[in-house]
Amino acid sequence: MLNKRRVLTLLVPFIIFIIGAVLLATPLLKGSDPSKLDSALVGQAVPAFTLQDIYDENKQYDASIFKGQKMLLNVWATWCPTCYAEHTYLNKLAKQGLYIVGMNYKDDRKKAIRWLNDLNDPYQISLFDQNGMLGMDLGVYGAPETFLIDSKGIIQYRHVGDLNDKVWNNKLLAIYEGME
Amino acid sequence: MLPEIGQFTLILACILSFLQMVYPLYGVQTGHQGAIRSARILTILQFIAVASSFAILAYSFLINDFTVGYIATNSNSAMPWYFRLSAVWGAHEGSLLLWVFLLAGWSIAVALMSKRLPIESVARVLAVLGLLSFGFYLFVILTSNPFERTLPYFPIDGRDLNPLLQDFGLVIHPPMLYMGYVGFSVAFAFAIAALLEGRLDSAWAKWSRPWTMAAWMFLTVGIALGSWWAYYELGWGGWWFWDPVENASFMPWLAGTALIHSLAVSEKRGVFKSWTVLLALSAFSLSLLGTFLVRSGVLVSVHAFASDPTRGLFILGFLVLVIGGSLLLYAIQASKVKSRGRYELASRESMLLINNILLIAALIVVLLGTLLPLVHKEIGLGSISIGEPFFNRMFTILIVPFALFLGVGSLFRWKRQQLNDLKKPLTLILILSVLSTVLFLFIFAPFLTWLAVLGTFLGFWIIVAVAYEIYLRSTHRHAFSKGVMKLGNSHWAMSFGHLGLAVMIIGITMTQNFSIEKDIKLAVGDHITFEHYDFHFDQVKPLNGPNYTGSVGIFTVKQDQKQIAVMHAEKRIYTVQRMPMTEAAIDAGITRDLYIAMGEQLPDGAWAVRIYYKPFIRWIWLGPLIMAFGGLLMICDRRYRSKKENGNESVPTTEKEGAQNA
Amino acid sequence: MITFNKSNLLIALMIATSLMLFSHNSQAAIETFEFDNAQQEQTFHELTKLLRCPKCQNNNIADSNAELAKDLRNKTYELVTQGQTKEQVIDYMVARFGNFVRYDPPVTPLTIFLWLGPLLFIVFGLLVLLRQIKKQPAKGSQLDAQEQEKLQKLLKQHVKDTKS
Repeated sequence: MLNKRRVLTLLVPFIIFIIGAVLLATPLLKGSDPSKLDSALVGQAVPAFTLQDIYDENKQYDASIFKGQKMLLNVWATWCPTCYAEHTYLNKLAKQGLYIVGMNYKDDRKKAIRWLNDLNDPYQISLFDQNGMLGMDLGVYGAPETFLIDSKGIIQYRHVGDLNDKVWNNKLLAIYEGME
Repeated sequence: MLPEIGQFTLILACILSFLQMVYPLYGVQTGHQGAIRSARILTILQFIAVASSFAILAYSFLINDFTVGYIATNSNSAMPWYFRLSAVWGAHEGSLLLWVFLLAGWSIAVALMSKRLPIESVARVLAVLGLLSFGFYLFVILTSNPFERTLPYFPIDGRDLNPLLQDFGLVIHPPMLYMGYVGFSVAFAFAIAALLEGRLDSAWAKWSRPWTMAAWMFLTVGIALGSWWAYYELGWGGWWFWDPVENASFMPWLAGTALIHSLAVSEKRGVFKSWTVLLALSAFSLSLLGTFLVRSGVLVSVHAFASDPTRGLFILGFLVLVIGGSLLLYAIQASKVKSRGRYELASRESMLLINNILLIAALIVVLLGTLLPLVHKEIGLGSISIGEPFFNRMFTILIVPFALFLGVGSLFRWKRQQLNDLKKPLTLILILSVLSTVLFLFIFAPFLTWLAVLGTFLGFWIIVAVAYEIYLRSTHRHAFSKGVMKLGNSHWAMSFGHLGLAVMIIGITMTQNFSIEKDIKLAVGDHITFEHYDFHFDQVKPLNGPNYTGSVGIFTVKQDQKQIAVMHAEKRIYTVQRMPMTEAAIDAGITRDLYIAMGEQLPDGAWAVRIYYKPFIRWIWLGPLIMAFGGLLMICDRRYRSKKENGNESVPTTEKEGAQNA
Repeated sequence: MITFNKSNLLIALMIATSLMLFSHNSQAAIETFEFDNAQQEQTFHELTKLLRCPKCQNNNIADSNAELAKDLRNKTYELVTQGQTKEQVIDYMVARFGNFVRYDPPVTPLTIFLWLGPLLFIVFGLLVLLRQIKKQPAKGSQLDAQEQEKLQKLLKQHVKDTKS
């Protein structure tokens, strides 16, 4: 008795709903955080800049420091509690021989130096971005952030939030290994 | 001890709701009269149980029982009693308890006020409501228990309620909104019951109409209250932000608005029935979707509840079960429905369907705009934001045909309208609305923009059409003064509903086009003049509230040398949460609001101050109130009250229906 | 000891979650910028309403009081007073923060449905309405035999009723 075509037409709302439910379920199951953003600079070179060394006002760096080898660029500040949490892990990575550039972001120079002296300095180079100039160009929206940069100085990935064993082994390590 | 009793009665309510779902259905299936009749009793018992839980939680808030974790996190002994009471629904757990309490409230209302309906139908409806209650009870008990204790180590005082919520707006906005959300469950239950019964007729439409209208009314008022609260409490001077949480309340409203119109057609003419059922299912489904969006943390929103994936998955599972199940049932059962009422393209039916199409198109705009960013990121296209510019543009486009059709639509006759007959009234309406627009803008607009002209015209188009339609119907058989008294409540309901929209359109148009915002630096003694208003910054005084401190800036406002207001703009620091808050000073008026918000004190001792001039902003909330009043009139219509008409009523349309469906 | 730790953890968790509730800044962001001309002021206000603060929950940079929003406001002010157009400023921000930063989404293979979706629905809805009206059989022939019979019966009944 049922008119097949009519049933099929009336099934449309059901089908749309199921598709919608699957789309809603995926981020929940994957546990993705909607407030974490991908960097707009992936695939691009680190923007041009000139910044002082954190220890030495007279020493200046520009974007050429990001060329020659693959490395991490870690954005941190003393006002950021998560940075404190991840600092130990950065030291561990540095001990493993990773080349890490630090960028102190919108911070106080004295406090930052004290922090590095007290907690060990994992950074090969420490940039001091007091007014957040490079931070703006990098699209930094909250410390800590860590950029993976290949030997040509191209940004391959950005991680927002703290670095730890889980994040590093599950996600970043593979990207890092895959970079030239 | 008391919180444990509250938890116990909550579990009891959960068990009762399970019985309420199962036993009456068993009765209907087997014809067991006792089981059928049990539906009402079980509903009443369930209500009593959950009401006790709710009362106990409220009482625990009042006596500052900080051994209860939820109270410790959301209350403080320094808060005035009324805010301690409204803090019950200030966060996730308690607001869910409010939700189930209101659901039980609607259920008991159905149980007590549907004596005229066949007992089997009532049993089915209550069983469906039982299912919904059961799902939510499980959710509360398993994932969000408000009675959880923090014993043995409990805080001496609570962490205070979020200062934003310590406001009169929070006392009434959530209950109103939830009354609306939850109220659509009744329309949903009626629809499911009708589908189960395989009896989708005019009687069904007639029964669910007042319930749907009541829910819609609450939702309308609830949304308007939320908008008003955001306006005066957040200090941004805005009244709608297209935040996912707002959209979550707007979507069921759009579906509900389509539903009340479509129900009218289904009741009067017996057509669009399968469409109406789908809308009834959608309106409540969208309420559920809103709950999911707000409580699962999948979206970035201004005021999402604490996000928790397990809660999200639980609601999603429940959603799939309830909505998926009902849509499957719909596909199978609605395919048997045949509507054979005849109508032509030029008819009231067509007009109402076009109105429905436009409302659902608007719903799709909001739905896609809310959910697409999620999908966009998930399939790897990157994060995007969809906000005000997009929504405003789309709604500006959609409101044009909507308002034009709305104005004309009520002039159309059922079944068939001779278009020639409309020529004269339409020309008259056009001329009068253009004249009113010109006059209105001449008086109130400082300059002209295309959007201002368009919006004002649409508003007056509706107003004039409503007035003309009233005149036409009143003078149909009688002199106007006599005829106008004879118009039924339902007719007035329609007129007020439409009038409310017109008022709102004009309010939005004026506010959006002619608002002025000044961010300025003012020292005590300074003054600023604009729009004929002179704001003089008199002094700053310290402020000492029950649980906050701060400063208050006092301004004298003069217009043409005459003092018209003294305004107190506060800047509060809530002592427990160390949270700064702006309490704007507002001088409200029917044609304009003046709005002052204090910013930071600058190093030189002056203050950053924001002053708004917002023309006609009150109309934005006045409109929905008028609409809701219309709804109230409809519910009070004699047709839905008179005791004579009962389940086996035979109004002419139903009889025809019966013959046709046989 | 164990219970102590557990309840401590519970409280910590509750504090953490409750902080997220309404965690946007409730304080109006009020600053006093000065502009060369009204046009620039207008552009600035439009832009700060159009740009989303990436750090905040869901705020434009005009309303948010977050540090980053302040930075973006200052940058916007700087660019606008340099004489850059609205589009240039938006491009500048998007190049750094991605499309998330603009409330007006760009057209992508998916976002095209934001505009197409409602439009298609309207067209589809009107087509269904027209078809429905066309499909209605002409008057009289709409009842099948069974229904005719029933109608006849009803009519007879009616005639009888009125006679008696």
